[in-house]
Amino acid sequence: MLCATSRLLAAPAGTTPPAQPRARGPALRCRRRELHFPSYPALPSCDFLAGRLGRPSLPPGRRVILRRARMTPAMDGGPPGSELRARRGRCGTQPARAVVAKDAAQSPKRPAQGSRRLEAAGGWAVLALVTLLSFATRFHRLDEPPHICWDETHFGKMGSYYINGTFFFDVHPPLGKMLIGLAGYLSGYDGTFLFQKPGDKYEHHSYMGMRGFCAFLGSWLVPFAYLTVLELSKSLPAALLTAALLTFDTGCLTLSQYILLDPILLFFIMAAVLSMVKYHACADRPFSTRWWCWLTLTGISLAGALGVKFVGLFVILQVGLNTISDLWCLFGDLNLSLVTLAKHLIARIVCLIALPLALYTATFAVHFMVLTQSGPGDGFFSSAFQARLSGNNLHNASVPEHLAYGSVITVKNLRMASGYLHSHRHLYPEGIGARQQQVTTYLHKDYNNLWIVKKHNTNSDPLDPSFPVEFVRHGDLIRLEHKETARNLHSHYHEAPLTRKHYQVTGYGINGTGDSNDFWRIEVVNRKFGNRIKVLRSQIRLIHLVTGCVLGSSGKVLPKWGWEQLEVTCTPYLKETLNSVWNVEDHFNPKLPNISLDVLKPSFPEILLESHMVMLRGNNGLKPKDNDFTSKPWHWPINYQGLRFSGINDTDFRVYLLGNPVVWWLNLVSIAIYLLLGSILVLAVQRGVCLPAEVQGLSQVLLQGGGQVLLGWALHYFPFFLMGRILYFHHYFPAVLFSSMLTGILWDTLLRLCAWRLASCCSSSLARSIHIGGILSLLLGTAYSFYLFHPLAYGMVGPLAQNPLSPMAGLRWLESWDF
Amino acid sequence: MATGQGALLSLLSYKMSGFLKQPLVVRADINLNVLALAGLGLLSRLWRLTYPRAVVFDEVYYGQYISFYMKRVFFLDGSGPPLGHMLLALGGYLGGFDGNFLWNRIGAEYSSNVPVWSLRLLPALAGAFSVPMAYQIVLELRFSHCAAMGAGLLMLIENALITQSRLILLEAVLIFFSLLSVLSYLKFSNLQHSPFSLSWWFWLVLTGVACSCTVGIKYMGVFTYLLVLSVAAAHAWHLVGDQTLSNVGAESRWHPGGGGAKRAECVALSGWGRQCFSVLWQVCVCCHLLARAVALLVIPALMYLLFFYVHLSILFRSGPHDQVMSSAFQASLEGGLARITRGQPLEVAYGSQVTLKSAFGKPVPCWLHSHQSTYPVIYENGRGSSHQQQVTCYPFKDVNNWWIVKDPGRHQLVVSNPPRPVRHGDTVQLVHGMTARLLNTHDVAAPLSPHAQEISCYVDHNISMPAQNLWRLEIVNRDSDRDVWKTIMSEVRFVHVNTSAILKLSGAHLPDWGFRQLEVVGEKLSRGFHESMVWNVEEHRYGKSQEQRERELELHSPIQTDVSRNLSFMARFSELQWRMLTLRTDDSEHKYSSTPLEWVTLDTNIAYWLHPKSSAQIHLLGNVVIWASASLATGTYALLFLWYLLRRRRNACDLPEDDWLRWVLAGSLCCGGWAVNYLPFFLMEKTLFLYHYLPALTFQIILLPVVLQHVGDHLCRSQLQRSVFGALVVAWYSSACHVFSTLRPLTYGDTSLSPSELRALRWKDSWDILIRKY
Repeated sequence: MLCATSRLLAAPAGTTPPAQPRARGPALRCRRRELHFPSYPALPSCDFLAGRLGRPSLPPGRRVILRRARMTPAMDGGPPGSELRARRGRCGTQPARAVVAKDAAQSPKRPAQGSRRLEAAGGWAVLALVTLLSFATRFHRLDEPPHICWDETHFGKMGSYYINGTFFFDVHPPLGKMLIGLAGYLSGYDGTFLFQKPGDKYEHHSYMGMRGFCAFLGSWLVPFAYLTVLELSKSLPAALLTAALLTFDTGCLTLSQYILLDPILLFFIMAAVLSMVKYHACADRPFSTRWWCWLTLTGISLAGALGVKFVGLFVILQVGLNTISDLWCLFGDLNLSLVTLAKHLIARIVCLIALPLALYTATFAVHFMVLTQSGPGDGFFSSAFQARLSGNNLHNASVPEHLAYGSVITVKNLRMASGYLHSHRHLYPEGIGARQQQVTTYLHKDYNNLWIVKKHNTNSDPLDPSFPVEFVRHGDLIRLEHKETARNLHSHYHEAPLTRKHYQVTGYGINGTGDSNDFWRIEVVNRKFGNRIKVLRSQIRLIHLVTGCVLGSSGKVLPKWGWEQLEVTCTPYLKETLNSVWNVEDHFNPKLPNISLDVLKPSFPEILLESHMVMLRGNNGLKPKDNDFTSKPWHWPINYQGLRFSGINDTDFRVYLLGNPVVWWLNLVSIAIYLLLGSILVLAVQRGVCLPAEVQGLSQVLLQGGGQVLLGWALHYFPFFLMGRILYFHHYFPAVLFSSMLTGILWDTLLRLCAWRLASCCSSSLARSIHIGGILSLLLGTAYSFYLFHPLAYGMVGPLAQNPLSPMAGLRWLESWDF
Repeated sequence: MATGQGALLSLLSYKMSGFLKQPLVVRADINLNVLALAGLGLLSRLWRLTYPRAVVFDEVYYGQYISFYMKRVFFLDGSGPPLGHMLLALGGYLGGFDGNFLWNRIGAEYSSNVPVWSLRLLPALAGAFSVPMAYQIVLELRFSHCAAMGAGLLMLIENALITQSRLILLEAVLIFFSLLSVLSYLKFSNLQHSPFSLSWWFWLVLTGVACSCTVGIKYMGVFTYLLVLSVAAAHAWHLVGDQTLSNVGAESRWHPGGGGAKRAECVALSGWGRQCFSVLWQVCVCCHLLARAVALLVIPALMYLLFFYVHLSILFRSGPHDQVMSSAFQASLEGGLARITRGQPLEVAYGSQVTLKSAFGKPVPCWLHSHQSTYPVIYENGRGSSHQQQVTCYPFKDVNNWWIVKDPGRHQLVVSNPPRPVRHGDTVQLVHGMTARLLNTHDVAAPLSPHAQEISCYVDHNISMPAQNLWRLEIVNRDSDRDVWKTIMSEVRFVHVNTSAILKLSGAHLPDWGFRQLEVVGEKLSRGFHESMVWNVEEHRYGKSQEQRERELELHSPIQTDVSRNLSFMARFSELQWRMLTLRTDDSEHKYSSTPLEWVTLDTNIAYWLHPKSSAQIHLLGNVVIWASASLATGTYALLFLWYLLRRRRNACDLPEDDWLRWVLAGSLCCGGWAVNYLPFFLMEKTLFLYHYLPALTFQIILLPVVLQHVGDHLCRSQLQRSVFGALVVAWYSSACHVFSTLRPLTYGDTSLSPSELRALRWKDSWDILIRKY
């Protein structure tokens, strides 16, 4: 009877292909069975191609529960008095989920109206409590230690740069550091502290504003996670468990308490996930204000996450995948016209692509507007870029625009941080090519970087006023004479000092007289015909006439004899790489009129592109050395090793970034259990097994809510295995958020399953106490482990953990932890 | 459950009786198309195979490994598992090659002892048989004979594939096995109506074997394997959900009768019958899954091990790459270290004389060393040292590498009788054999790594710097805490008792005062385990002489030995595998290296060989028409697929269900094959060449006729359109043939071309055709 009813109910709710024929067999079988089994689930409306994200349209199992609850409350698997929330999903109805609200649980028979109001109030109260606890833990002893910890030395310094307007270079996008700078500025920090190295005392400098700001953002993680899980699972215990795991995780706590980018990043990631989940929840009322609100917030948070670190790309990927599956479901809904679909599509494009991009670009615009002073980041950027920065010698400089014979120039390699073509009065040592004068690239400005452009075949002084000015053109043969030593740039068939397959480049000749190996053809990249060569803007290559090789910088550091400058070679491989492209930076020629460099300033899109290229290369350049101890991604989930934030010896104030092992190992176990349980459930569904309604609802939560956060975890964890750059322990923290949410959902579901199982054989009160007891013991266990491990985060002084007198004695569970 | 087993038994017996009833009949269907394609393939690949009789391009690379196999000398090559090398070497073995040829220069003439024909035969055969296999694959995808023939003919006239398969190179073999694994999987999946039959098993197992061979030739093959696995997984997933399975699979035979009526019958069965049915159903599905798991997971894993087993049992002699491997591995090879270490006492005892090798092996393998010279009082950068005797790591065997293990509590430096073995956790002192000074560390910064402690041999300068020469021995790979320190086998760490610094190889080269040997430091901030802290005893003998003079003589004398020690296969396998995967070759530039983006548009080529006198030359250069149209077809497929998918989602089915499934399968195998063989290269940091694209191209070529047939069948509406389309296809194919014959001289390199002809062949500026200047 029930089967039939639910099928009837299901029919109009189903959106796409009516249940396929093969569903009928089991359904028939089902009907013959006992009434405990309400229905074979109608096939998911989002078919399999939609992937796991598609929300299968279930026949409204909750209605079944509702009916059963009314008919046989005693036999009900769900806890009595469960409050049912009616909510329609997009692709049919969401599985309803019994919510155990504390108040409601005590008075099962109360009218729905009152209990709902009470529940809402209770919900707010719990949320407030969670938030309060989170803030309390994060702000507790925030001012300790009053010295620089770990990467505060970088990010604090960069905050100061914003206050001072000094240009710098970092591999991360600017938003996070800008916010830190802003927080410092608002809290009265004047940007004068040097942030030289970890351990330096802050003394009178006000650092609490910056730390407080980070802690403030970090504190929001807990309520955000709480709300996300509540929305995904509709279960208060699950949400509470998640909140507890994150509140009591020493790792998240430590990471939130210092001037770092991570709390800001985590805040935006979590905000993006929360608003995405929220906007999915109001999918039944598309284009309502709430819907727009959450959608826009998702976009803003995405922009924020990406603006802090490129790790934000992973959460963008997650939202993107969700949006695609979401659109796919809508697309399959034949009730929606194509116009409505187009509206949906455009709304998402605007809010999730256009808006974040605009915001992201805006942060860069602000970045470039604020940082106008020349600073430590100049050298990383092209000459044209540097012309923007006041204090740089290219700023407001005026030079002749086109290169002419007789000009004195500096030549800069286009590869990032490669420097100027340089030579000095030192010879290559014995045994390394020919014993001629060294030619290198050098990062700093120096008289030895100056070269004179001369015609290849005459040695007459082109600056002689009787000669007319002759411009250098694309394809000309030239000779470059080193101004200080009067030797010519020279190459020959000797192997280069470090890159053995390339030819050596030397300075040769006396007073500008050398041989035919001094002749170079100057070419402008991507130019076909003979044109003049522009200062700063033209990208030139110098091709050696005799051997046909290209002048390049290999980027390798020469040994002591070369003053640790970078090697210059002549590469026989004509592939176009930035190593072999140069531009003219300084340019002196008395015969030519100077023009202001302002006309050469790059436009904003060019700056944006360049800074991204530089960041990308900077990121790729962070390579671990062979002998270094590097953190490997597989270390992270097992909490193998922490990071020392402050202090080494037993007299120091020590802070050690390490996840609360109880929380982390629980998370790890949960992922394994989840995968096991999930695959069993999926297999059962695929086999067409009839699940009892209660299990059905739970499995929906597990597969969809759990799947969502599992996806988040995987997206924030596995890409690190592919990364070539150096990795650190704290890269795992975005994934920790997701895995904690998974733990919350999983254990709540597991306990409910147990309770349901017990309720069907024993008493329901026992079942309920099992559920509550389980959750409570998990909560208390986490809290106790936090009590044990809290010195890691709040700092400890005294003997190291090996010493039995230490507060951490006996807590060094892994030998690899050093605190 | 019991009923289920009973049912299974009866099913088996039914099958058995089937075999007994029927007579043994052999029927042969000969597909002349296949024969013709195979013949043409052989002709195109084997024609004048021994020309040029000179080393062509990468033959210089593979050839040296063939020689190693012929001489049974161990080598280490990180480019791929050993199957490919072994197959090439098989050709040499069959041709009676003795391995005596110096593979050092491209273009060098082969001497008469090199059996060029048989060396090149195997890749050529693989290339030739790829042609009919492409035909078969399209056929098994259930497209027409015409399309299948098209695929074969395209493979036949693809210049790059011909060039690559006529030389001692591995791509042709790799392509052959990738195609074989796809083909056999298709054959297998087309046999779904007769599961567990003999041919079903055959194709299933062949799929596994072919997959493992693909992986065994190059690591790139893993992606093809994963593709086949995921298609198989998708099919298996449908199987799991397929509730009619037992009807088709077992029931229809069990109850001979109409399959269609089964369902109704089944539903009408009583409760017991239904239960039995359901159990049987589960068992049947389990059998299906199990068979697939065994064939596609277990067999490939075993095969992979087998390749290494054969590899290691062929190569039993020590050779030039020994140094990279651990001492234990080296000792298992004949000659080399094994000759030295044979008969050493196993357990290190107090009084043992040992050499200690760093297990890290980077930047070079080296031994703990000390010598008379002391650290300079002041370094170049102004820091001071302890001015005690230097301790370094030295990459050559030397008498100064010997150390004596001393019990701190006793004075004698000889082994007592019976020897007292050193165990994990014991405290020892290390005495340098030649200078009799003790290994020491103290709170002085190391010369090049100032964060770590200096290691020295203690010299008492009378300046309040006490000797701190006690070391706790930790055996890393121990089984228990009472483990004994063993020669070669044990990996040990030395932890300084006073400062808990760990003896470590820093990897930096000392300046001239340290004779450019490697720096050894005491690492104080030990952040976990690192291989550079691990040492093992390589040479070992029990010291007998108490007097320093005698001991020096003893150290100089060679050690006598008589027992050999062998590592288990698994230990050798895992070490070799690990070294292969972590072997990092420095990214060398190459004149003909290219980027993946250049491959699709064929913007690059590789000059393989140039005739020493004439201008005849061989290039790896593809058939431009085929490359362009193959890429176009892939794009078309993707667009059409997306379009159909969207339309189906809106319940507008342009294709009948069967056609759709066929279309999806063809795409997932061919488009997928292209993607998995191409896209990973974007993430790779090694030097890439055009020939890396050939496996991906092969899949594209197979997709090409599939797309053409689809366009002809479904998009050309009228008969007229169809005929026009047919004519276009013919015209297109003849242009491909024309391109083939134009580029043929560069493929076979048998004709000498004039400079103007060569210039005419240089269709793209980026092609590097060699034109001699006279």
